[in-house]
Amino acid sequence: MGKMRVWKFGPDVDTDQIIPAEYLTTGDPKKLAAHAFAKVRPEFAKEARGGDVIIAAENFGCGSSREHAPRALIGAGISCVIAKSFARIFFRNSINIGLPLIEADVFDRIEETDEVAINFDDGVIRDITKKEEYEFKPLPEFMQKLLDSGGLISYIKKQ
Amino acid sequence: MPTIAEKILDGKAGEIVEREVDYIMVNDITGVPAFEVLDELAYDIKNEKAVVVQDHYVPNKDVDSAEQAKALRNYARKYKIANYYEIGKGGVCHQVMIESGYVAPGRLIIGADSHTCSYGALGAFSTGVGSTEAAAAMATGRLWFKVPETQKFVIRGEPGRYVMGKDVILHIIGDLGVSGSLYKSQEFYGSAIESLSLSDRITISNMAIEAGAKAGIIPPDDKVFEFLKGRVKGDYKSVYADDKESEYEAVFEYDASEIVPTVAKPFLPANIAPASELDVPIDQAYLGSCTNGRIEDLRVAAAILSGKKISSDVRMIVVPASEAVLLQAIEEGLIQIFLAADAFVSGPTCGACLGGHMGVLAKDERCISTTNRNFIGRMGHKDSEVYLANPAVVAASAIKGRITDPTELAP
Repeated sequence: MGKMRVWKFGPDVDTDQIIPAEYLTTGDPKKLAAHAFAKVRPEFAKEARGGDVIIAAENFGCGSSREHAPRALIGAGISCVIAKSFARIFFRNSINIGLPLIEADVFDRIEETDEVAINFDDGVIRDITKKEEYEFKPLPEFMQKLLDSGGLISYIKKQ
Repeated sequence: MPTIAEKILDGKAGEIVEREVDYIMVNDITGVPAFEVLDELAYDIKNEKAVVVQDHYVPNKDVDSAEQAKALRNYARKYKIANYYEIGKGGVCHQVMIESGYVAPGRLIIGADSHTCSYGALGAFSTGVGSTEAAAAMATGRLWFKVPETQKFVIRGEPGRYVMGKDVILHIIGDLGVSGSLYKSQEFYGSAIESLSLSDRITISNMAIEAGAKAGIIPPDDKVFEFLKGRVKGDYKSVYADDKESEYEAVFEYDASEIVPTVAKPFLPANIAPASELDVPIDQAYLGSCTNGRIEDLRVAAAILSGKKISSDVRMIVVPASEAVLLQAIEEGLIQIFLAADAFVSGPTCGACLGGHMGVLAKDERCISTTNRNFIGRMGHKDSEVYLANPAVVAASAIKGRITDPTELAP
């Protein structure tokens, strides 16, 4: 993958922050993306570009089960979320709808101004700006299969 | 020896299994995206397993939510879903699931709402999922699960006056943090748990998710079996762990007599403090939700409010969790007490809990609430604040106009 810009978020980013409840009257990723992080980071929706990555600390996506959260990130063009850990429903939702997640402890090492590249096959995050590399553990085989199929529905259809 | 989670999921911790689920619940926010996915799959769905509840943005708050509710209603017709709850017939989805007899010990239930873990209080393994997987489960009757490790919580001792299930679970979340049970199942034991009402136990299981847990399970006893008599749909079989020999990831012990009426301050449920140590003026007091909107919760608040008026600086909003709870509260005279105290009372809805409608907060306003989340902007403006507490603390605080430990009011 090519160069990616970074958006950094701290620990315990909840789904109410990712997409506030008042916008949950649509499931359309593009429409949701217009309100992503509306309350806590209003510039995100305007400035996020296709291919950007989010880097966060622990427990990203905690709170509600709203699939609208990963849908909003997909709609905003986010190509991958890297966090120290993920809340479990957000984790499942993302894999099930085809948003790649990486569990890696790079929050304190990569700056928002850095550019990164990710090699999913080798499990390597490269900080292009700082010329450093970080390895990550690939997803369990079953989940990787879901992602490779393009999500749970395509996987079920193939079966 | 396996834990309850391992027994119901029939696998060992860490294993990924595919299992038949008993019920799949969706609501007006998560349901429409699920049915849109189902349309794409073009399956004959397992509609007897589906339960559809209109609860989040009902009665509709605007044209968009009205369109969403209409779409859900039409999908329920299209897919011939008999277990459909229109407003006036149901209430908050988890309360409906429990009081309508879908939930029973040993069952495996998923719901496209994070507080689906509530059903653990009746000995079920239940967990929140997204819309796409709810759709997949409606299509196939099955879903994949990673069998979680289990943390055991033993709560002994006698809870003090005005100490409720809410205080027990806030105490645990405060102790472990909001990711302390991430990916794990919780099991609750001990004399304090046994002595708590089923309603208080539901509060505990309901908020397991606020520590990141996948499930919060309490071994079923006579209180559960009694509740289910004449109510439960179909047969069920209770599942127990071998308490002494099961393999737990960790064991935590608490003395309930040391737990006091507790408040979770903004902006995380783990940010707890004793109610007695806070001196925080409030603008709104909210009594309701899947966490604390049951008849037992209303009784506790009404006993404190009886013959009193709330502070003239406070709006109090009372939202029974279901039509059945509302009716019972009317029959018991509780609604008259709330109205006489100058509280606003409405029919069941999730509304204000998630900042939807029926009690949204303005900039810089503070709410003491029996709900489950106090995230940034959860109940309204990003600069508003939510303090979580039990129904007794909410009622006492409404009277005083500031966060109050109810024992302060007791004669």
